[in-house]
Amino acid sequence: QVSAALKEGHVTPTELCQRCLALIKSTKVLNAYITIAEESALKQAEASEERYKRGQPLGVLDGIPIAVKDNFNTAGIETTCASNMLRGYISPYNATVVQKLLDQGAVLLGKTNLDEFAMGSGSTDGVFGPVRNPWSYSRQYKEKSVPKSHSEDKESNWVITGGSSGGSAAAVSSFTCFAALGSDTGGSTRNPAAHCGVVGLKPTYGLISRHGLIPLVNSMDVPGILTRCVDDAAVVLGSLAGHDPKDSTTIQDDFKPFELPDLTDVSKLSIGIPKEYHAPGLSSEILALWSKAADLFQNAGAKVVEVSLPHTRYSIVCYHVLCTAEVASNMARFDGLEYGHRSDVSESTESMYAATRREGFNDVVRGRILSGNYFLLKQNYEKYFVKAQKVRRLIVNDFMKVFRSGVDVLLTPTTLSDAAPYVEFIKEDNRTRSAQDDILTQAANMAGLPAINVPTALSERGLPVGLQFIGRSFQEQQLLTVAKWFEKQIQFPMIQLEEIKRHDHGVLQDQKSTSFS
Amino acid sequence: LAPWVPVVGLEIHAQISSNSKLFSGSQVQFAAPPNSLVSFFDASLPGTLPVLNRRCVEAAVMTGLALNCSINKKSLFDRKHYFYADLPTGYQITQQRVPIAVNGSLSYSLCMDNKMSQMVTKTVRIKQIQLEQDSGKSLHDDARRQTLVDLNRAGVGLMEVVMEPDMCCGEEAAAAVRELQLILQTLGSSQAVMAEGQLRVDANVSVHHPGEPYGVRTEVKNINSIRFLAKAIDYEIQRQIEELENGGTILNETRAFDSRLGCTVPMRDKEGKQDYRFMPEPNLPPLILYDAKSLPANMNHEQVINIDWIRERLPDLPSVKREKLVEQYGILPEHSFTLLNEDGLADFFENVVEQTQMKPKKVIGWILKDLLSYLKQHSLSVKESPVSSLLLADLLNLLEKKVISSTAAKQVLAELWKGEGKTPLEIVKEQKLQLLQDQKELEQICQAVIDGQENE
Repeated sequence: QVSAALKEGHVTPTELCQRCLALIKSTKVLNAYITIAEESALKQAEASEERYKRGQPLGVLDGIPIAVKDNFNTAGIETTCASNMLRGYISPYNATVVQKLLDQGAVLLGKTNLDEFAMGSGSTDGVFGPVRNPWSYSRQYKEKSVPKSHSEDKESNWVITGGSSGGSAAAVSSFTCFAALGSDTGGSTRNPAAHCGVVGLKPTYGLISRHGLIPLVNSMDVPGILTRCVDDAAVVLGSLAGHDPKDSTTIQDDFKPFELPDLTDVSKLSIGIPKEYHAPGLSSEILALWSKAADLFQNAGAKVVEVSLPHTRYSIVCYHVLCTAEVASNMARFDGLEYGHRSDVSESTESMYAATRREGFNDVVRGRILSGNYFLLKQNYEKYFVKAQKVRRLIVNDFMKVFRSGVDVLLTPTTLSDAAPYVEFIKEDNRTRSAQDDILTQAANMAGLPAINVPTALSERGLPVGLQFIGRSFQEQQLLTVAKWFEKQIQFPMIQLEEIKRHDHGVLQDQKSTSFS
Repeated sequence: LAPWVPVVGLEIHAQISSNSKLFSGSQVQFAAPPNSLVSFFDASLPGTLPVLNRRCVEAAVMTGLALNCSINKKSLFDRKHYFYADLPTGYQITQQRVPIAVNGSLSYSLCMDNKMSQMVTKTVRIKQIQLEQDSGKSLHDDARRQTLVDLNRAGVGLMEVVMEPDMCCGEEAAAAVRELQLILQTLGSSQAVMAEGQLRVDANVSVHHPGEPYGVRTEVKNINSIRFLAKAIDYEIQRQIEELENGGTILNETRAFDSRLGCTVPMRDKEGKQDYRFMPEPNLPPLILYDAKSLPANMNHEQVINIDWIRERLPDLPSVKREKLVEQYGILPEHSFTLLNEDGLADFFENVVEQTQMKPKKVIGWILKDLLSYLKQHSLSVKESPVSSLLLADLLNLLEKKVISSTAAKQVLAELWKGEGKTPLEIVKEQKLQLLQDQKELEQICQAVIDGQENE
């Protein structure tokens, strides 16, 4: 919608950019952004305006304000990964996905907040502080929340965004941008998407280039796409997918961007309901919603079958071994020598390394490095790493078997419950939380499959809950088509952001156009 | 005293001759200004990924074929972790699980008792060849208590060639390395100049009594020439024997060769038992190579490497070249060794033979004795010779045609070395070195001499 508005001149790119920047300022309390690239964004908007004036926009994304998670390299703009290690680090190059968006004329507003080095499921463990879920300030949440005492600060029961791409999810959810890039290694795009009520797409591994994405787990990371509707996700996917010679893990096949058909007949569709995803701790609310969704498909004529992915329960442990091993390896480059934080300790190279890394990394990162190195020791390698690789293959085979049996798409919950209040969430450590929260999203990363969170309904507490669709490798078109159909059926309510945060009523009205396509 | 059997194995790192590095596009060049050939990937900037250089793979395949190896159609890349200032990523990308080539052999020749006429051929098994990254260079400035790091070399492609412990002394190791060097230079896969760090050799040395298991081995590093290689190995063998005969033990350690003192010393920064925490390199898919049989029909030629295609285009290896020289020119085998041992000498020889009527068997003497010794005396390479093949050929023609005697020819040659641009004929005329051919004139001279004698 906003793209059409730009085209027809109802609003100009610079106006749009300015409004977004203003909104970012007025929603500062969310702490969704680490860096706001005001000057360059306005310049990009101006350039876009020129193109629209000449009637030569670069495409649907021309002039559209976007945000990028702060673990993607952006030339000339600080890239910190929410870590002291990279505070002040100005990358000399753009990640391929960032470059592609810029080449399409998108306007980069800034870099969004995350868990340090994308390790976490709350976006609470970065050096710039936690991200607040915009729904904390929604009428829907406030109406349902019961203050424990009169004196209690209304602000103190704000809820988390989920993570690790919490900043990006919050940015999209609060209308400060129309699309954002996240990353997804164990669910880091889909989890916050579910908690913030936005669409979160994890593409098939190998479809989108990782060049420039600071890696967590090279064999599982993918750039993630966060938008307000499924059509928008398809548009962004179309501009990003395809082989990148700079990333040897991208597939060589040609990728053709697609438009999503408006599916009306789902009778040929087979939806799988994996029983193992009825995980311990799954809230009864979400269980009910999941069931309702399955019924929705069935009543519309689709074939809905229960399936089994028997190795699901091993995926968290397996992920823990493989993830920490790769983290230990990937973090080895942070030694303070070539870039980033360097400690003042300089008695010897080793002592400088040790101090730099102790000062630069938080406990979560250091913990994973230590675990990972343990698993990679010669005497442990077979027992842990190789075993985990074998279990990984079993998990992959589970999915292959189910898809071979005729199932097109799997339907599962995305999270175990709605967003927790921050004060509750921090009662458990990062590792415990990650193990709990990744359980429904993580297996898709193991298998490299595409998956998407679609916001479904509001919980009893007035907070968003989403459901997840998992598709076959490289069948994003099918996956998104089904997701779009579902989205249309359920009509998820729009967030009603309160007075407190609204800077300008008029601004917000325009921002509420949910899509740009 | 029971005899000792020395056992020598070698680990050789050959820098691949390519325009750019193994996994990045930055240039490969010797002695460039520090840190001027460093790409984002080489500097380990976060988010950068390796992209395999085709030329490096081809170089490794060529080398593997030349060394009679089996080329693995599927090989894998791994990360080898350790912290050091010249290793920006904290790990080296190498091939630990499945290298690109395995199970080859290298034949080399030795002179028995230093007599060129008695050459013996030996073979050493090649365990494997693997592709891996070179590290940067670090210079320790003790005076200012700092370490200077130059990353120009970081990421340059290396072929590690592992030779099994089939050798028994410094001489054998030196001969094997020399032959490998010639092979690499012939293939063009590496320039293999030790002085420029393009060929680095580490020796594994141990001794044991016949019939007993192998002894503890030490690794000897910091060897900068083939001559020092032989010295270092022989010194280490002796050291170990003496140590053991005195009741001591050999430590499994790394020792550095000190060329000044001619001995090996324990290395200062001993690594001890390092656990490299090997892990598959997740950013590089398995390397798949094809041959004529396995090549899929509609595969893009640019995208794949065909082993058979490379095999067909291999140049003549040194051993083949030597055989051809012996067969074609009737020279002795040891001559062919010397010809190939000097860069450009074989070509020079062939050029001269082409341009002269003198028989190759006679030409070879002039090449190996007169030309070569002069070059050696003045530390010149064949390329730098003031006497070109044309000039030498002219000279030898004069000799063949009996215009001058061989003594005179040597005189002319001495004059030619001055490089004043005169032709042999000019020098002959200048110095009146022509042989007299006229019978009558000769009789007159002889008669005059005899007459002169009678008068005394």
